[in-house]
Amino acid sequence: MTSTLSIAAVIAAKFLLLLGMGMALVRMVRGPRAQDRVLALDALYIDGMLLLLTIGIRTGSILYVEAGLIIALLGFASTAAFAKFLLRGEVIE
Amino acid sequence: MNALASVPSWVALVIGVLVFAGALLACIGSAGLLRLTTFYRRAHAPTLGTTLGMYLVLAGTIVFFWAGEGRPALHVILIGVCVSITTPISLMLLARAALERDRREGAAGVPAAEPPATATDEGGSRH
Repeated sequence: MTSTLSIAAVIAAKFLLLLGMGMALVRMVRGPRAQDRVLALDALYIDGMLLLLTIGIRTGSILYVEAGLIIALLGFASTAAFAKFLLRGEVIE
Repeated sequence: MNALASVPSWVALVIGVLVFAGALLACIGSAGLLRLTTFYRRAHAPTLGTTLGMYLVLAGTIVFFWAGEGRPALHVILIGVCVSITTPISLMLLARAALERDRREGAAGVPAAEPPATATDEGGSRH
């Protein structure tokens, strides 16, 4: 009984994260300026990482955690590069 | 075909509550990103998901792999350390870039640039 409840909670968490990714995607498509789009991309990365961890809990595989680690690091690198581009107009000077 | 059924049921309940609360916080943060009006307000909203939401989901993951495999998964702590170090850095870079762009265009409601650095200041490398 409690097991079905907790499985339902994890599935609901997955749908909540999908909803959050969808809202960040809407902001990224709609966002009036470039910095709004970059901010939405950062939120999208974090939500995707959390969704991957939640899938890892469902399937019981540790590999999803490592994929989440890679997503977190790449998300930081891309956001920093985009911010640098918005500030100066070039990434590497 | 469900790994959550292999751990004791009260542990599964703890995992479910932690993961659900974290996902709810991340979802609220994304809703704020969608609904708030200006960039400087919107920049605050997703941090709800990147701090407490992420910590709760990571805690659920740690409890799950601890109960399932008998040893704590240290990758998960590594994710927490990486994200909690890099999120303030990237948001600060982004806010500075947005401020610079707004100043360049002369947008209303943006504080003026600070006076040029004197010789005793350490910076002065704005080129």
